[in-house]
Amino acid sequence: MTAIDILQIVGLGLIATFLVIVVKEQKPVFAFTITVFTGALIFLYLIGEIQHIIQMLESLASKANVEIVYIETVLKIIGIAYIAEFGAQIVRDAGQGAIASKIELAGKLLILAMAIPILTLIIETVLKLLPS
Amino acid sequence: MNHDVNTIFQIAGIGIIVAMLHTILKQMGKEEYAHWVTLIGFIVVLYMVITIIDDLFQKIRGVFLFQG
Repeated sequence: MTAIDILQIVGLGLIATFLVIVVKEQKPVFAFTITVFTGALIFLYLIGEIQHIIQMLESLASKANVEIVYIETVLKIIGIAYIAEFGAQIVRDAGQGAIASKIELAGKLLILAMAIPILTLIIETVLKLLPS
Repeated sequence: MNHDVNTIFQIAGIGIIVAMLHTILKQMGKEEYAHWVTLIGFIVVLYMVITIIDDLFQKIRGVFLFQG
């Protein structure tokens, strides 16, 4: 099943590339929209698989008695990375490298802000371990 | 799966037809109409793209527990 999926995705990418090459000579805007659409379609294919992985992670975490807050934070961080990567790549494809860098910067900053509770917890634990 | 690969072909087809119409209208000397045709075609295509991107973002929000 996975092999068929990867064949489908590769075929989709190849067809979209040919269409983009054909359309780009006439109207570059439509070529760009085809790129965006193909990217979104491939991400939609992949998100089902990601859901399975995340369900497995959640079940593992519940078996290991990890608090759900931490798992939730990690999942949110992965989601932010996913969205930021998607947007930045599309914008960079359209030739706006500066805006793409800003999107990546925003993603990194938001991830850092989201990781602050975990970081403070780690630092407090280390400080408790240290002999004063 | 709501979305189809056919939409890619639709977008490419709209692009080619709009390019053809643009050329024909330009050669007929109707520059303003040519630009309007391009704009409307772009809006239609943008609607398709925005629909799928909205779907993608909703799914990401659901999968990665972004409810809060």
